[in-house]
Amino acid sequence: MAISRDEVLHVARLARLALTEDEVERLTGELAAILDAVGIVAELDLADVPPTSHPLDVVNVWDDDEPRESLGLDDVFANAPARDGDLFRVPPTV
Amino acid sequence: MAPVVDTLRLSAEEALGLVERREVSPGELHAAYLEAIGQRDGELHAYLRTSETSDGASIPIALKDVISTKGVETTAGSRILEGYVPVFDATVAARCKAAGLTFLGKTNTDEFAMGSSTENSAWGPSRNPWDPDRVPGGSGGGTSAAVSGGLAPWGLGSDTGGSIKQPSALCGNVGLRPTYGSVSRYGVVAFASSLDQVGPVAKTVRDAALLYSIIAGRDASDSTTVELPEPVALPESDRLDGLRIAVPTQLESLDAIEPGVRAAFERTVELARELGAEVGECDLPTSYRYGMPCYYLIAPAEASSNLARYDGVRYGPRADATTYDEMVERTRDDGFGAEPKRRIMLGTYALSAGYYDAFYGQAQKVRTLLIREHREALERFDVIATPTSPTVAFPIGDKAADPLAMYACDLLTIPSCLAGLPGLSIPCGLSEGLPVGLQLLGPQFGENVLFRTGHALEQAIAFDTVPERLR
Amino acid sequence: MSWEPVIGLEIHVQLKTRTKMFCRCAVGFGAGENTQTCPVCLGFPGALPVVNRRAVEWTILLGLALGCEIPGQAVFSRKNYFYPDLPKGYQISQYDLPSCINGNMLLPTAEGDRVIGIVRAHLEEDAAKTVHVGGRSGRIAGADFSLVDYNRGGTPLVEIVTAPDIRSADEAKRFLQLLRQTIVELGISDAEMEKGTLRVDSNVSVRPAGSAELRTRTEIKNMNSFNFIARGIDAEVERQIAAWESGGEVRQETYDFDAASGRLTARRAKEEADDYRYFPEPDLVPVEPPAELVERLRSELPEFPATRIRRIEATLDLDRATVLVTGGLDRLWGETVSAGAEPVATANVVANTLVGAGVDPAAVSATELSKLLEARDRIPRGAFDEAIAKLADPGFSADPYLAQESVSDTTELEPIVEAVLAANPGQVEAYRGGKEGLLGFFVGQVMKETQGKADPRVVNELVRAKLGE
Repeated sequence: MAISRDEVLHVARLARLALTEDEVERLTGELAAILDAVGIVAELDLADVPPTSHPLDVVNVWDDDEPRESLGLDDVFANAPARDGDLFRVPPTV
Repeated sequence: MAPVVDTLRLSAEEALGLVERREVSPGELHAAYLEAIGQRDGELHAYLRTSETSDGASIPIALKDVISTKGVETTAGSRILEGYVPVFDATVAARCKAAGLTFLGKTNTDEFAMGSSTENSAWGPSRNPWDPDRVPGGSGGGTSAAVSGGLAPWGLGSDTGGSIKQPSALCGNVGLRPTYGSVSRYGVVAFASSLDQVGPVAKTVRDAALLYSIIAGRDASDSTTVELPEPVALPESDRLDGLRIAVPTQLESLDAIEPGVRAAFERTVELARELGAEVGECDLPTSYRYGMPCYYLIAPAEASSNLARYDGVRYGPRADATTYDEMVERTRDDGFGAEPKRRIMLGTYALSAGYYDAFYGQAQKVRTLLIREHREALERFDVIATPTSPTVAFPIGDKAADPLAMYACDLLTIPSCLAGLPGLSIPCGLSEGLPVGLQLLGPQFGENVLFRTGHALEQAIAFDTVPERLR
Repeated sequence: MSWEPVIGLEIHVQLKTRTKMFCRCAVGFGAGENTQTCPVCLGFPGALPVVNRRAVEWTILLGLALGCEIPGQAVFSRKNYFYPDLPKGYQISQYDLPSCINGNMLLPTAEGDRVIGIVRAHLEEDAAKTVHVGGRSGRIAGADFSLVDYNRGGTPLVEIVTAPDIRSADEAKRFLQLLRQTIVELGISDAEMEKGTLRVDSNVSVRPAGSAELRTRTEIKNMNSFNFIARGIDAEVERQIAAWESGGEVRQETYDFDAASGRLTARRAKEEADDYRYFPEPDLVPVEPPAELVERLRSELPEFPATRIRRIEATLDLDRATVLVTGGLDRLWGETVSAGAEPVATANVVANTLVGAGVDPAAVSATELSKLLEARDRIPRGAFDEAIAKLADPGFSADPYLAQESVSDTTELEPIVEAVLAANPGQVEAYRGGKEGLLGFFVGQVMKETQGKADPRVVNELVRAKLGE
């Protein structure tokens, strides 16, 4: 199932991947082949089959509204690339 | 002078006995494994990092590098988590600690557990102890290589589509992929949330059962876990009287299965008969035709969402950029390897507007069919038996350039994963001098049946788990 | 051509649970930045969500209060997009199987009850807070950046979506007032726009009056008071009508409304439409509310505000009834009237004087209030006002105030009236020249001179008489 270059760029944008030109070319071919292989699920008429989201049949798992200790600031920022006081700094959103 | 510990041969149960009888101290045991690692891991590259200290009253354990270990770098095999040191333990790691197990090191993995050979690790592949020019399997090739290479008595891996079972088969050790929901995923770097499970990799079935009993059971931090309906039973019997085993009829026409693998498998089925099992046939047509396509829609879709948090904002390396969007895009393109990118793209596409129904939505329905198929078969039989992997370990580099060929490695392990069912792989013979794995599939929470079956066969097969070239 | 507005509202209510929606970090104001966070709400690798049961129950409660059906199964879904305030790269929300559906709220009007459809109410987690630090200072390097505080991230939110049944800006305002009162009475949220615990986006379109078509609609965001919302809607309706009438068209856009200037500004259109790629959240299992739970919650519902308005309307009038109910004052009013007070006077005093003095109606004794009302004409105005202001004080008793009597002795008051008139010759002349409104001025001056102790009716008569001479 062919996938156009435009579609690849669109999906890359949705997924926030800054693909190089090489990657775009390669992925266009690879994805087309993979989509061919996985696309055969369309062969089946499954109109009356319910989808499965969870292999385990469990419902109503929840917790009481009782506070637990939060992380200390050292732990919060232990791996932070850019800490500004007690906040995470990022480049501006346009 | 302390006794020489033969780490290549020692099972976990034996190691526990040594410690219990005070023939060896936990520290000495730990040191013995570190020495073996020093000797052989340069070649095998099973480990990404090891721990010198051994605080624990019991035996050591290796953990796949997708399992968060507090204070110890956890990379999931990816550059995007280079230098990431978790501030909390995964629940399974905490349960091992609570049982006194000492932390030996983090083992290599395909990046984000995506792969069947460990060649997708950003830190280079691991090598099969039976033949270092061949892959140990994946994604948990590091743990399997460590166990069969005598570099750990046992370890924890993670299995999404076969990442515990397949490397176990290729390396000649025992691997259990537990029932979905029986082991906590809290703190395990997520690949596909409805498929991921942590499980034991060991030398013997009893070892696997023991380690499973340490980690299994409901975790309040993981909403998809439940209590085990019955306690883990360590297997004892060497007979299989009364056990009903099914072999899927579809296996016959699967050309992907190598003749040597097929032969070893058939010998083992015959052996099961001799041990008293009844062997019959079951039909899993949807599973073998649509299982892989179904998996390669659902898993990447969930992964594309699970990997969205790797954006350079709160942890991991960050690319230079003048805007937030640019920063995120560059960080992710720099940090992810080819396989995660491929799956993120595939998964994003499968969920995207206009494609959801035909791809992800349809795959979820196929999943329902797979569940029904397996349930029907397991109403008439106690276990389903197949080879674990269609081939023995292949040379490094052989399939790396062909994603679809690599995906095909999981043809036999995937369907039961989608159904949330447990699977045990045990070594059942050799082909061309390389291990062949037998896969036993059971119903939900049927681990005890798998242990019982696997143990009896293991005793009868008497496979020497030490790689020939290391004996 | 006459047009009618077609308005739908999207309302976000922040629940005042003690902990977040998917982790047990405490929620609450005033905490230091990033001190109410954990691996789950920070989106650390391997972290997993766990549902807050109280948030689920309160959502069902709210749905019931809005007349909704509670479906047998609700499923959480992931809404995928990238923004600094979204640590996982997705928000856990509800998509095709929300907690509550198909409800409505009745808006009592003079022409009968207006039915405003509630399409759905669903449960989700709030985003964190991003502060944009701008640099227009002329510095080139390092001028702009954003800072993120994850404390708010993960707070439970209920999103309510109305049908496009609202037909005017004023109706939107009244709907919101009634909705807010409903929410506050359930005790699940403070629902204050200034604090951000109630947020409203308006979807606005217009169509030829009487037609059933639905034309392109726009969205107005970020208005933080009911008055601004009404004004923003009015401005947008006007803009759209002008666009259609001039032969132009309305494009699907998002607007911000600046209350000070009355101006609508279109946001820059995004490069591509959002594709949130919703799918069921695999880390959470479905919620199937047990029947006993739903019934228990239903039994905890207070009487619907619309019903109360209609009931009170019978004794008062629609406007006063609406003010009392939407202000949360009707319980006090009802109890005070039951204790013997006159309904209209009680309504006026409660809605104006009491509220104006900032008194909390929940702390007021209806008995004491009814005593004061009964004595209102008898005791000095100043004493009455003071008593009202102190009604909520612990252990308040009306008795000391009742003992005071207003001065109604004309022999005492006459000289004071004469003195006031003599001191204000200009106003006396103006009054005699026709400005009858100045009567109040003179009465007020006499009240001031007597420190509020004079009986205003007697003063009124005396002033009239003197001015008439």
